[in-house]
Amino acid sequence: MSPFNGRGVLAIYLFEMSRFKRTFWQSLVAPVITTSLYFIVFGAAIGSRMKEVDGVSYGAFIVPGLIMLSIFTESLNNASFGIYLPRFTGTIYEVLSAPVSPPEMVLGYVGAAATKSMLLGCVILATATLFVPMKILHPGWMVAFLVLTAATFCLFGFILGVWADGFEQLQFVPMLVITPLTFLGGAFYSIDMLPDAWRTFSLFNPVVYLISGFRWAFYGNADVAVGVSLAATLGFLLVCLGVAWWIFRTGYRLKS
Amino acid sequence: MPPIISIQNLTKTYASGLQALKRVDLEINQGEIFALLGPNGAGKTTLISIVCGIVTPTTGTVIANGHDIIRDYRAARSIIGLVPQELHTDMFVSPWDTVRFSRGLFGKAPNPRHLEKVLRDLSLWDKRDDRIMTLSGGMKRRVLIAKALAHEPQILFLDEPTAGVDVELRRDMWALVRGLRESGVTIILTTHYIEEAEEMADRIGVISKGELIVVEEKAALMKKLGKKQLTLHLQEPMSEIPAALAEWRLALRNGGCDLEYTFDGHEERTGIPSLLKRLSDLGIGFRDLNTAQSSLEEIFVSLVSERA
Repeated sequence: MSPFNGRGVLAIYLFEMSRFKRTFWQSLVAPVITTSLYFIVFGAAIGSRMKEVDGVSYGAFIVPGLIMLSIFTESLNNASFGIYLPRFTGTIYEVLSAPVSPPEMVLGYVGAAATKSMLLGCVILATATLFVPMKILHPGWMVAFLVLTAATFCLFGFILGVWADGFEQLQFVPMLVITPLTFLGGAFYSIDMLPDAWRTFSLFNPVVYLISGFRWAFYGNADVAVGVSLAATLGFLLVCLGVAWWIFRTGYRLKS
Repeated sequence: MPPIISIQNLTKTYASGLQALKRVDLEINQGEIFALLGPNGAGKTTLISIVCGIVTPTTGTVIANGHDIIRDYRAARSIIGLVPQELHTDMFVSPWDTVRFSRGLFGKAPNPRHLEKVLRDLSLWDKRDDRIMTLSGGMKRRVLIAKALAHEPQILFLDEPTAGVDVELRRDMWALVRGLRESGVTIILTTHYIEEAEEMADRIGVISKGELIVVEEKAALMKKLGKKQLTLHLQEPMSEIPAALAEWRLALRNGGCDLEYTFDGHEERTGIPSLLKRLSDLGIGFRDLNTAQSSLEEIFVSLVSERA
């Protein structure tokens, strides 16, 4: 037996991608419209009355944050749904009985969800260029942050989908945890604009590091040092990997 | 020939404390149809699920074609196919896409020819591009079988293949299973119908409350399982069985109002006509009579007490 079931990973990956294809327009149109609304409201209407932030026009300043916001929620939704659905319908039996190892299973499900998130990120970026002039100072790092963040949040979503006991719980975490963390994480402002106490408080918000690092890749300035951002992103990824490893080692909610 | 599946000392205790399997030992021979017979909750599905890798055993080992199902799970699982009891199918996918997915999942190179044959054999070829959700229950079950056969397994598990299936489809299913066996596939099916086990299997294992009570050739077991009862509702209650009726296995029930005769339904001569004649000779009248097959539960009780 080959030590890696590449065909199995590909089967899961393509299965998930075809699921996305069925809902292609809904999943693409909705974020694009939402983003456009943000640009109209914050960029054109309010932004025109605001001074530049860190030497960047406000409309352009919010682009990295908006992309991140979409990537967080889409990654969580897609990846959690991708694994929760077969658990809910019972079709998970087949994946569990197949010669597929836990890392291969994660690679298939999380890989497909992350691909979709990154595609979406690119679409939003393209939409943004229609509204504001964009420049990307460090394209390599931008891609790196994009890939890392999508992979991390998809993995987080996978864990969420394994943990969830119902559709409400699938909605619960993105709504009640991620959205506030993102809005308070500097998606629409630099945390330097906050009073000192709140600024310190914000540093406990992991999302701050992700958005800050991503924005640095665009404009070269950041709320926190880019090395710290990178370390925090990797740290978050490692935590998720650890939890996923624990899930498969104990069979938590997948096997009895 | 060594057994294709060898199960040793298999125990499963669920987190709830339920002991689903108690030290089960079982060997399945290559190329046979083995029926696992037992009432609901006996542990049939748990046993199958462990061999297929869906449930983790508490203790014990399972070797499939020389491969330990845990240490060497890739090799073991790639030769096993599973058809689950419930109709777990993807709603929006077509039969063709789902069998292609199954084959890939099990690490096999694409082979449209084989998949076409599988779908044709199961009369699904015309429906290959329909969404599974539009198919009937019987067809969904066949889709599950097609998925399990997509990777050309040597061992096929069928968990209650005919539960909730109409008579006609049940016959089709039986024919299909026999056809698979002829092509060399070893088949293990679970059922709680005695007739199904009798119709299909070469050997039968009876499982009850997590214990494998007997494993025997079908003919031998059917002799044990084939007991029937004839109950005569007497006009006059009887205090004891007359000596003239001693040659039949009779018992008085219901305070002497019913006379019960236990006979072997598989014997050519059941002894019923001669018993009835003797009764009329003796002038013993009865208002009504009925015969009944021992229920599976009664059989289990008798098998267990026989063992004890």
